[in-house]
Amino acid sequence: MFGQMDLSRFNTRAHEAFPLDRRNFVQLALGTGAGLIIGGWVPASAARAEGAATTSESASGIFTPYVKITPDNVVTVLVKHQDKGQGIATGLSTLVADELDADWAQIHPEFAPANVELYKNFAFGVQGTGGSTAIANSFEQYRKAGAAAREMITQAAAKRWGVAPETVKVAKGVVSSGSNSATLGELAAEAATIPVPKEPKLKTPDQFTYIGKSFPRLDSVAKTTGARIYTQDVQLPDMLVATLARPPKFGGTVKSVDDKAARAVKGVVDVVTTSRGVAVLAKTTYAAIRARDQLEITWDESKAEARSTDALIADYKALAEKPGQIARKEGDAEGGIAKADKVIEATYIFPFLAHAPMEPMNCVLQFKDGKATMWTGSQLQTVDQNVTAHIFGIKPEDVIINTLWAGGSFGRRGVYDSDYIAETAEIVKVTGRTEPIKLIWTREDDIKGGYYRPVYVHKVRVGLDKDGAVTGWHHRIVGQSIVTGTAFESAIVKDGIDGTSVEGVSDTPYAIPNMQVELHTTQAGPRPLWWRSVGHTHTAYVMETMIDEVAAVSGKDPVAFRLSLLEKYPRHTGVLKLAAEKAGWDKPLPEGVFRGVAVHESFKSFVAEVAEVKIVDGKPKVQRVVAAVDCGIAVNPDNIKAQVEGGVGFGLGAVLHSKVTMKDGVIDQGNFDTYEVLRFNEMPHVEVHIVPSAEVPTGIGEPGVPPIGPAVANAVAVGTGQRVRVLPFADGLKLG
Amino acid sequence: MTKFTINGREVTVTSEDDTPLLWVVRDELGLIGSKFGCGIAQCGACTMYLDSQPVRACVTPVSDVAGREVTTIEGLSGPVAEAVRGAWQKLDVVQCGYCQSGQMMTAAALLSEIPAPSDSDIDNAMTGNICRCNTYQRIRAAIHSAAETLKT
Repeated sequence: MFGQMDLSRFNTRAHEAFPLDRRNFVQLALGTGAGLIIGGWVPASAARAEGAATTSESASGIFTPYVKITPDNVVTVLVKHQDKGQGIATGLSTLVADELDADWAQIHPEFAPANVELYKNFAFGVQGTGGSTAIANSFEQYRKAGAAAREMITQAAAKRWGVAPETVKVAKGVVSSGSNSATLGELAAEAATIPVPKEPKLKTPDQFTYIGKSFPRLDSVAKTTGARIYTQDVQLPDMLVATLARPPKFGGTVKSVDDKAARAVKGVVDVVTTSRGVAVLAKTTYAAIRARDQLEITWDESKAEARSTDALIADYKALAEKPGQIARKEGDAEGGIAKADKVIEATYIFPFLAHAPMEPMNCVLQFKDGKATMWTGSQLQTVDQNVTAHIFGIKPEDVIINTLWAGGSFGRRGVYDSDYIAETAEIVKVTGRTEPIKLIWTREDDIKGGYYRPVYVHKVRVGLDKDGAVTGWHHRIVGQSIVTGTAFESAIVKDGIDGTSVEGVSDTPYAIPNMQVELHTTQAGPRPLWWRSVGHTHTAYVMETMIDEVAAVSGKDPVAFRLSLLEKYPRHTGVLKLAAEKAGWDKPLPEGVFRGVAVHESFKSFVAEVAEVKIVDGKPKVQRVVAAVDCGIAVNPDNIKAQVEGGVGFGLGAVLHSKVTMKDGVIDQGNFDTYEVLRFNEMPHVEVHIVPSAEVPTGIGEPGVPPIGPAVANAVAVGTGQRVRVLPFADGLKLG
Repeated sequence: MTKFTINGREVTVTSEDDTPLLWVVRDELGLIGSKFGCGIAQCGACTMYLDSQPVRACVTPVSDVAGREVTTIEGLSGPVAEAVRGAWQKLDVVQCGYCQSGQMMTAAALLSEIPAPSDSDIDNAMTGNICRCNTYQRIRAAIHSAAETLKT
C-alpha cells in the first residue's frame, strides 16, 4: 500500500494536524514527539535509553523498547509492524537475533504497543505498516537494538567474570570467556543495569549469521495447530458481538428503523443507530448475524451514489478524451505522434477490486474508566488511536491497542479513516456499555463495503517511426485519488496529482522521447483504497502490455526490445535478463504454450516475470511463472520467495476473474461465489530467483504483484492475437 | 439441546437447532481453530470432519450432528495429521495462516483416502479451499511431502 511517496516531505509534516477525512468525520492529530529519529535508533526521551534501568526493570531484564531479555532466557522482540502474513515478525526477529547472536529457538516476537514516538515507521512518521516499507525502515533500527543488547550482555559478563570485554564472545545465545560461560538469560538482570549504548557497533555483512539465510517462520507452529488467536477469536468475559447494517448505497444514511423482529431474536441484547448504520448487539455471533437480517430500515439515499459501474466507466472514457492535469511532460508528445509512421491507440479499463482478506474486518473494543482498550489487527496504530480518541473525546495515549496477528490485509486494514475501528468505537459510545464489544463483518459486508482498488481508465497513444522506434507517447489516466481528502494527502498529492494514481507510468524508466502523462482525478461513491501494490496494479499492466505491443508491431523480441530501452537501469535489466535466462526465453516451447514477459519496479524493488500460458476451453491457463527479484540484501530468501509466489497468485486471480460492479449504486457481488479469486487448480508453478545484492533491503510484500497481469496478457496476445484491455480477462478476452 | 462428540469428548450444547456448527464450536465450545471466511461453503476455512468426512461447518446446522462425531483442527491427530502438520511446518506453508486449519483438514482427509495423490487428485480435493495469500504452491508441495513421509 501507499505507493510512491516523497518520504522526506511526509516526515517533516508529521507534526501537522491531519486534514479532515473524506467523511468530514474526525480531525486527526498526530501524537506527540513527532521529531524524527534520524541517526538515532531509540528516542532520547525513552528513559531506558538514557542510562541505567531502575531496580524493578533490572529484575525483569527489560533492555530497550525493542528487545527484552528475561531471566527465563527468552529474547522478546517487540515488533512495531503488523504481521498479516508477510512475515515481518520473523523478519525483525532475524535482525535482532543476528546482531545479538541469539539462538533462534529463544526468539519470541511480540507486537509492540501503540506508541508513535517509540514505534513510528520512519517512512510515514506514524506507527504503521504498508508500502512494503517494513524491512527497509527497520533494517538499521532493529539491528542496532540487537547490537546494543549484545554490548550490554558482553559488559555484564566481563564485570561478573572480571575479564576484559574484548575476551567475551557471544554465539548462538551462549556467552563465554575462557572457561566462563552463561546464557543470555542468566546475564539479563545484570545487563539491564548497563547504560544502553547510543551507537552500538553493527556487524559487516560477512559477519551475518541469520540475515541472508532461509530459516523457519516463528509463527508456523501456532498457525498449524489452530492455536493462533486472531481478532475474530477474541473472547472476553461479558463480551457482546455486534453486526452493523450499513447503507446499501454509498453515502446513504438511516431514516428510520423498525427493530422489533431483530430484538425478538434469542440472544439479542440491544439495537442502536449510529451515524454509520444500525448495530445489533448480541450474546453470540450467530444471533448478531441473524438478527441483522430482521431489521427493517428505511434509508435516506438522496445524497447517495446512484450510478452503475457502466455509467461510471462511460464518464471516465469521455474524460479520457479531454486534456487532464499534467503529471509528466518531456519533449513534445503530440508532435512526435504527428510525425509517426504508425500510431497505436488503446483504451484500458480496470474494475473496482475488493481486498477480501480471509479474515473479514473486525475489532474488539472496551471503554471503561476513561480509557479505550482495543484488540485488533491494527495496521496504522497511530491513526487508529487518534480516530478512537476523537470519538470518545479522550487523549490518544488513553487508547490502548493490542495489535493481533491479522488474517490478511492486502491494504484493507491500513485505512486512512480507520473505518471498522471507528464503527466499533461509535457503537460502544452510543450504547454507553462498559462490556467489551466485538464488531464483526461478514464476507458480504467486506465485498460490498467499499474501500476498493478504484476503477481506472487509461487512454494511450504511441507513435512509431518506420523502424519501430517510439516517436511520442501520450498517456491519460482517469480515476479516483486514494489519498485526496485523507491524512495522507499532504505527503502524496503534489500540484493536484496523487502520486499513487500515476506511479509506474509517470516515472517509467523506458527511454521514451516526447512523453506526456495526464491525470483526471474523479469522484465516485465507493471509497478508494490501496490494494496490494496500489497504482502499480493498473499502471504496470498498461506500460508493460503497450511496450510489448510496440515490440510486436516493430517485429522485435520483447526481452531485447525492453533491454534496449533500459540501458541506464541495471537493476531492471538485471532481473529481466535473469528471468529470461531461467525461463529459457530463447528455447522453443511445446505446441500450444505461449510466453509473455513483464518487468516493473515498485516500492524500490525490481521484479521481472515470464509467464507460460496455454489456452484451455477458451480461457488462459497459466502453467509456469519464472520470476527474478532484486530487493537489495535478501534478509530471508525463503520468505522473499513465498511473498513473490503469493503475489503472483494474488495478481493472477484479479486479472483473470475479479471485479466489483454497481447497478444503480448497489454492489452486485457479495461473496466468493460472485467475487471470484484464484483457486488452487489455477495456481501456476512459480519459480523465484533472487539477484544477489549488497544494496539496502527494500520491499517484497507487494512487488511480485504488478508484473504478472501484463506477463500473462502478453503471452495471451502471442497465442490468440488479442490484446486484453478490459479487465478482468473474463470480460476482456473473447475467444470462440 | 444437541448432544454429540467433539475431538473425542462428549458435549451437550444449548444453541438452537438451526445454528451452524461453526458458531456452536467457536462461541459455545470455545474451540477457535476453525475459521469463519464466507458463511456459504465457498472458502473452506471452517472445514471440520463429521464422522471423518470433511464438511463445511458454516452451513451445517448443529441439529445434523446429533449423536455423531465432530473433529476440528484441535483434535486432528494420528499419523496422517502429524505428517501434514510436519510438512506444513517444514515448508513454511503459512502466511497469514487464517485459512490453514481448513486447508490442513482438507489435505489430511485427502491423504487418508488417497495416500499418494497425484497433482490432479490434489487439485480436485483442494479447489474448494481459498487462500488469499495464495500459498497454494506450498500446500501442494506439503501434501506431496506428507505423502512421502507416510510411505516410510
